[in-house]
Amino acid sequence: MKDAEQKSLCPEAEKAQLPQKRVQTEKVSAPKFAKSEKTPVEPTDPNAMLEVQHLTKRFGQLVVLDDISEKIVQGEKVAIIGPSGSGKSTFLRCLNVLEDPTDGYVFFEGNNLCDLKVDINIQRRRMGMVFQQFNLFNNMNVLKNITLAPVHVGLQDLRKIKRKNFFTKISNLFRGKNKKRALLPVETTAKEIRENAVNNAMRLLERIGLADKASAYPSTLSGGQRQRIAIVRALAMNPKVMLFDEPTSALDPEMVGEVLELIKELADEGMTMVIVTHEMGFAREVATRVMFMDGGKIVEQGPPSEVFGAPKNERLKDFLSKVL
Amino acid sequence: MQIMWDAFYDQFVVKGGYRNVLEGLRNTIIIAILGLLIGIVIGTLVACVQVAGKRSKVARGFAVVGDVYTGLFRGTPIIVQLLIFHYIIFSAISIDGLVEAVIVFGLNSGAYVSEIMRGGILSVDVGQLEAGRTLGLSYPATMLRIVFPQAVKNVIPTLGNELIALTKDTSVAGYVATMDLTRAFRLIATANYEFMIPYLMLALTYLVIILIMTFVVRMVERRLRKSERR
Repeated sequence: MKDAEQKSLCPEAEKAQLPQKRVQTEKVSAPKFAKSEKTPVEPTDPNAMLEVQHLTKRFGQLVVLDDISEKIVQGEKVAIIGPSGSGKSTFLRCLNVLEDPTDGYVFFEGNNLCDLKVDINIQRRRMGMVFQQFNLFNNMNVLKNITLAPVHVGLQDLRKIKRKNFFTKISNLFRGKNKKRALLPVETTAKEIRENAVNNAMRLLERIGLADKASAYPSTLSGGQRQRIAIVRALAMNPKVMLFDEPTSALDPEMVGEVLELIKELADEGMTMVIVTHEMGFAREVATRVMFMDGGKIVEQGPPSEVFGAPKNERLKDFLSKVL
Repeated sequence: MQIMWDAFYDQFVVKGGYRNVLEGLRNTIIIAILGLLIGIVIGTLVACVQVAGKRSKVARGFAVVGDVYTGLFRGTPIIVQLLIFHYIIFSAISIDGLVEAVIVFGLNSGAYVSEIMRGGILSVDVGQLEAGRTLGLSYPATMLRIVFPQAVKNVIPTLGNELIALTKDTSVAGYVATMDLTRAFRLIATANYEFMIPYLMLALTYLVIILIMTFVVRMVERRLRKSERR
């Protein structure tokens, strides 16, 4: 996997063409950046949960995403539709920089995810993602699948606090009596983190009616069950936004319903979500906004009633006549 | 026939050849198993830097070192490596022949294991890595917790193969200052030039060792595969 943290975002050639934007290369560090004339890029709308600016993605010569600028605010349910190869999945994967953009920026709650100084792992904790192929961890049972990330992240934070406290204690030895620095509060223990994660996982499993499968391995479950567990696994991190990458495309027609049902429940609870889907009926029912993508651009978008009821774009009309 | 048996009995029991054989057996097993363990450690490290080298500049530097190492140790016969280590590299310091053999066999198998491990890591679906990353786990954490356990499971049969090949390769360790099975039986055979029984016994001994190893590897594999239906 190519990862955003490691790669430069804009090739030097772009510099001349796009003078208004900051060109970020691998070597840009804080002081160097401060010296340069350009101001740091900022999201245009501070209230937007997700915002992309001039997002471009190229694979070699092939332009997959062509200068997309878009905003998604809290509580929106955005359905992305379009023919295959139109860049839907790539767009979604760029939203949490699983695919690093060739150019442009992605903001999540005001944080520039394309900035190498932003810890992408911390940002990703608050963005859930569900894949077409489920991608449950094959070497762990269902419960472990769900608790792995919360426990890992919890323990990591705990260790960080403890380490900081340790150094503060040592440096306190050399400080005057009135100059001692306060220790960070340690609120939980490792045991508590584990227990909370397991309780939370069981609660989520009960909600989808799969509590009895907690100790089963993914390979023994049906596609629908696996996908619902994958959704629950993402939910266990309490994400602010959920990204669905064709969540029902790899399922038997019979199992599509149960997965869509769960996604709909989430939508009704007010979860912000972006869904790439081929289920037009579902998009019409759940989405507050439908985007139609073609050739790496968002060709038409609007409320589902408009997009499905009165499409303006020729390409969209053609597409809808084929799939509906 | 009787003469052959008498000759063998004379060398094996009366003249104390069995002591050599036991020592050889012990050494053969020590070299094979320790060699593989060292090989797994080295091979895993090399495989990790080679896989990580695709995305990190620091790792890429190490990956080049790994490539050179793999190339050198896979490109020369093990007996040549033994001779070079014995007569050139370790010639200045006095070192036990067994330790020397373990080091050489470890380095040699590390080169092969690195490729096995790399294949194992690449055989795990990219989706597993992506799923881990989207949950907020770092690249090393995802590799360690998710990709690596699955890779190990995939490479166990191939590692078993490597263990068997390594065990048989130890038959050349006797050329440099250490006792091994082959050398022990060769001493018996050449004592009175009755080759048939010692060499057939030698073959049988290797066969038994390797059958036991195969069985153990199967057991380990079955334990690791309990999460799968195959």
